[in-house]
Order: sequence, then C-alpha cells, then structure tokens
Amino acid sequence: MYDSPSLETKVTDKAIKIAAQNVQVFYGDTHAIKDVNVQIQDKTVTAFIGPSGCGKSTFLRCLNRMNDTIDICRVEGDILLDGEDIYDKRVDPVQLRAKVGMVFQKPNPFPKSIYDNIAYGPRIHGLAKSKADLDEIVERSLRRGAIWDEVKDRLHAPGTGLSGGQQQRLCIARAVATEPEVLLMDEPCSALDPIATGQVEELIDELRDSYSVVIVTHSMQQAARVSQKTAFFHLGNLVEYGETSQIFTNPVDSRTESYITGRIG
Amino acid sequence: MPATWIFLIVLALAAIGYVLGRGRALASAGGDSRHLHSLPSYYGANAALLAMVPALLVLVIWLFAQPLVIQNRVEHLVPETSYETEGELSLVMSDVRRIAEGLDLAVERGALSADEASDIRVEFTDIRERLGSVGVALGSDVQAPMLAAAKAWREMNATGNLIRSIAVVLVALGGFGLGLMRAEKDFRARNSVEKVIKGLLILAASLAILTTLGIVLSLLFNTIEFFRLYPALDFFFGTTWAPSFGGGSELGILPLLWGTFYISLIALAVAVPIGLFAAVYLSEYASPAVRSFAKPMIEVLAGIPTIVYGLFALLTVGPLLFQAFGPGTLGWMGGGRAVMTAGLVMGIMLIPFVSSLSDDIINAVPQAMRDGSLGLGATKSETVKQVVLPAALPGIVGAILLAASRAIGETMIVVLGAGAAARLSLNPFEAMTTVTAKIVSQLTGDADFASPEALVAFALGMTLFVITLGLNIFALWIVRKYREQYE
Repeated sequence: MYDSPSLETKVTDKAIKIAAQNVQVFYGDTHAIKDVNVQIQDKTVTAFIGPSGCGKSTFLRCLNRMNDTIDICRVEGDILLDGEDIYDKRVDPVQLRAKVGMVFQKPNPFPKSIYDNIAYGPRIHGLAKSKADLDEIVERSLRRGAIWDEVKDRLHAPGTGLSGGQQQRLCIARAVATEPEVLLMDEPCSALDPIATGQVEELIDELRDSYSVVIVTHSMQQAARVSQKTAFFHLGNLVEYGETSQIFTNPVDSRTESYITGRIG
Repeated sequence: MPATWIFLIVLALAAIGYVLGRGRALASAGGDSRHLHSLPSYYGANAALLAMVPALLVLVIWLFAQPLVIQNRVEHLVPETSYETEGELSLVMSDVRRIAEGLDLAVERGALSADEASDIRVEFTDIRERLGSVGVALGSDVQAPMLAAAKAWREMNATGNLIRSIAVVLVALGGFGLGLMRAEKDFRARNSVEKVIKGLLILAASLAILTTLGIVLSLLFNTIEFFRLYPALDFFFGTTWAPSFGGGSELGILPLLWGTFYISLIALAVAVPIGLFAAVYLSEYASPAVRSFAKPMIEVLAGIPTIVYGLFALLTVGPLLFQAFGPGTLGWMGGGRAVMTAGLVMGIMLIPFVSSLSDDIINAVPQAMRDGSLGLGATKSETVKQVVLPAALPGIVGAILLAASRAIGETMIVVLGAGAAARLSLNPFEAMTTVTAKIVSQLTGDADFASPEALVAFALGMTLFVITLGLNIFALWIVRKYREQYE
C-alpha cells in the first residue's frame, strides 16, 4: 500500500490516522502541491514547516476539504482518513469537517456570545440532547480550550470582546466542541503575542492525548516545541518527513538543513 | 455691463495672472526653477486664484443681493392704497419688475430710445401696447405710481450694475496685483494654493448643507403659516381628508399617513424577502460569471424611472389583479387602482435597493467567519443563516430602513397605481392615497398660496420630511454601529 517512504518505516507504534498518497493540488494552472505522500499518526502533533508559498497550508486545507470552497482548486490523488478516501463521491464534506476540525490563522470568533460560539457546532450537529447537556459540552470544551476559568463568569458576553489569545483559545474550544478526531491548525499563533502563544502551545500539547493534531507553523522553534513529527515542504514538494528531533538535529535532505539553519526561506 | 462680460474679464485676468505670475517667479529665481520654493505653475495658479476667487465671490453675492435691496427700496414708492395684503404687494411688485424689465428690453430692441424710456409718461404713451410690441405682456394697464416705481427700479438697477462691474473688476485687479507681487522665489506658493483649494472644497460642502437648510426653512415657514390658519390638532388627528377650495375643508392627515404606511408595508413585504434572498444568492452561492451578469441586471431595475413603474402598475399589474380579485371572481376589488397594485409595483422598484445594499454588507462579512463555520462542519445555508446574516443584520436593517424611506417618499407609482381616494380602510384591494400624491394634487392647478388648502401641502411635506429623516438617521445609526464591529 505505501510504496515509497523509507522515512515512514521509522514511524512508531501509533496508528495511522491520515494517509495521503500521490496528492496533487492545482490552483487553475498552478501546480501547488506535487506528489505528496505522508502518513499522519493518531494522538500525535504533526508540524508542517516550510517557507511561505510552499504549499503547507494548501495541503492542510485538503485534509478537511476546505479547498472545496475555492472554485479553481483541484485535488488529485488519495487522502485516506481511517482508511476511507475523503475525496470519494459518497463522502459528505460537511460530515468530514465535523470529524476533522480546523483552527485558523486569525482568531475568528463569531459575533455571538462566548456560549453560542462553543454551542454552534454541537447545535448544528445535534450533539446535545438537552439544554443541560449543551451546558456541559460548552463547559467541557472551554476547559479543554484552557479558557474556562477566564470566561466562566461571562459566558453570555460577546466572543469578539476577548483578547487575541483568548479568542484563539475560544476558537480551539469551539473546534473541540464538535468532538473531532483530527484537529488542523493553520498557523494558530501567528496573530498572538508570546504569552498567548505559550498558552496555546501548552493547550496543543494537552490536546495530543485525545486527537491527532496537525499544525502549520512558520516558527521552527514552535514546531520543535510542540510536535513529535515534522514535515518540511518546499515549492510544493514534501521534502522530508520524520521524527521532529531527527528533522531538527539530523536532517537527511540538504534543503531541510538549509531551511532550519536559516539559509533558505 | 452684463454679468457675463464681467465674468469673462475676470477669467481673462486670471489667465494673464497665471502666465505673468509664473514668469515673474521664474525670473526672480534667475530662470532656474530649482531655486524656487514651489513649482513655477503654483506661482501662476496662486496669482490666477487670487484674481479670480474673491472677484467671483463678490459677483455672485452681488447678483443675489442687488434685487433684494432694490425691491426693498422700491416697495416704499408703491402707494399703500394700491394693495391691502402682503400677497397683493408682491403681485404689484412683480408687475413693477416686469415693466422695468420690459422697458429695458424695449431699449435693447430699439423700440424705444434710452431717453424715451426714462422720460416715458402714462399720460402720453400706451405703455402696455408699446411693451406688448416687444413681447412683454402686462396683465393690466400701467398706473402712474407703478411706472414711477418701475423707473426707480431701472435707475437703481443701472447704478447697481455699474457699481457692481467696477467693484468686481477692482477686486479682481487687486487680487491680480497681490498675486504678482507675491510671485517671487521665497514665497510659499504651493502652501497658499493648497489653502485656497481647501477653502473651495469647504465652500462646496457647505453649499450642499445650506441648501438643505434652505429647503427645510422654506417648508417650515409655510407650515407655520398653515397652522395659523388651520388647527394643528385637527390636522394631526383628523380622520377625514376633504379639501374644498371654497373653504370649510377637513384636512386630517391620518387617512394619508395610513395610505402611505399601508402601501409602504406591502412594498417592503415584497422587496425585503426577494431582495434579501437575491443578495444571499449573489454573494454566497453564485459563481463569479453569474454574479457579474446578474448583479448589473438587478441594478437595472433601480435605473427605471418611477413614472415607468407607474405605467406598469396602471396598465399591467392593476388589470391583472382586477381579473384575479375583481367582481368576476372574489369581488374584493372595485377597480385596477388599489393599495395592492401600488404596493406590489413599489416593492419591485425597491428590490435592487435592498439587494444591492445587502449584497455589499454581506460581502463585507469577513471570509474568516464563513471559514470558521464551514470548518466546523456547517453547510452553506447553516453558515448563511447562523453566522453571515446575524453578522450582517444591522447593516441589512439599515438597508431596509433606507428602502422604507424611499417607499414613503414615492409619488408617481401611487398616483397611477393606488388612486386618489383618501380613506382609512384595512382592505388592501381598495384605492387609497398617500401623503406625497396629495401634495401634488394640492399644488397643481391654480393654487392660492394664502389658503389652508394649498398651504397644507407644506405641512404634509414637513411631516413626511420629519418621518423620513427620522428613518434615515435611525438607519445610519444602525449601519455605523455595525461598522464598529470588525474594527
């Protein structure tokens, strides 16, 4: 099934959550992702690094079919979630996105109350049987988002009134509330200050217990801090994928070495 | 000298000022423009503006002020026996004015010599006939005191015009000289041109505001005049609208307001859902190709003159409704003209208002909101319903209120579609009328502007103005509140 990667043989005991095979992405005539093969493990933080425009965000958005919302975008190849092709015609992208949650670069709380922000997903998916049930989901999600203590007294204040770091943790809690299996994060800390970044990174580390987390980041320190596996993208190619410690200390490919030492990028 | 000539002279002075100012500035820098504070053209522009702007301002003010001053003075010459009320005085004065202008015209055409015109006497000449021969028709024979007043008018006007010409040219020359004097290399011409430009922009803005103020004031004075003749309580709470120019009219605004609101309500009931759904489709679902075709097509609706909508109501929608609900079937409708006819057509007219404004507002909702919702596994319509529309709601409400104030002010569709009967009724298939349509009918034809039947139009207009102003302010307030949300 997995033809190439000698790299993946190093993958440890954990189950494979997402397997991408020969994935190509085109934006109109632009070939944005070239022949990417990668296997993402369950209950692991996987970091995608690489210079701007290398395709890491594009690839991330393929994993929950967010690229479907872009008209000119075309995806080829197979992406398997738990062995099922997510680009299969029978797959409902809406259901898929409930399973593969996403946190965006800029915090984007809805202009609703904090409570309604969290309850949004559970409500549209009918996850709560009763009001009490919903209250519990909201509290649990906010606790997972490590923001419960800060907002528990003002659940009905608007979510847009929080600080940037709080907003981002609210968005993570919102994504967690739909009980996804995979959490995709597209540069979740790029709009945050170092303190808020620290809080979010801590949170990511905790989320690893329950989810498979994929994070796109520009900060190599962040990748090194939070991830167990790292994939390095360059010009649409997946150059190298492996244990984070190995990528940062002993990269195989010369391009990876150049990037992490700051010579390209 | 006529005002046109003065205007041209000032323009010529400005043009000469430009050339000379530029030249002088260059000369003061020894021909090297790098030694100048500003670009050479600024020195020219400075001289031109100094020559032109103050002179033209004086000219404009003079053109407005002179007739007022002369009128005021000549009024004393008209004997008090020849008029009883203010209204009659103004009629006499307009006659005086016509005679004066007629004499001027006669001189110009060669029917009278200048001396003849100033010596003309009622006893020796049939002035009415003489003026008639040059195309100035007078309503009655000219009386001696009126002729005297007209002569005084002519004299003052001639003197005034002469002084005006001299004053304007002097001001222009003064500005011209000042501009040239200043055109030397250290003068900051660039900054001073900047100041003049700023002044002109402020002038334009304040003219717009002053005009609005003028409109409101003219409405206000006539309204006050009306309430002197007709009790305000009867006007605001009267339920009968029955004007009769013979006197004894009942002028209650309630049937008209009711008609206005009923028709607007139906119009909004048509326009809001259709417009809003169209906006959602265009901004959220349509492909760029469809959008680039459909959006201008919808906006074409906004470009159709309302009289054409009125014809549509009268010739198409009215008969159609009459067929469906008329005596032949349900019998609800007595004729093609009804609240429903006007309401439906007005609704169609308002669709582009609602859709275009809402479309802009929906587009202004950040894409991040949609991504966030879609990323949580919401469908497109769930996203629109629960995230996009709530986020855009204040703006959409603003758009609807703007459409409402359009509907309230609409006249032509009502005149042609809803009829002219002022009544209080709940049946939407009956003919009713609105405030605006009644303003038109009160002021068309021979209106005596001293009677309450004509003056009521101003009270109606004022009421409508206050209502739409209130709606607009409310709409703007809501829109502004919305804007703050994403900043």
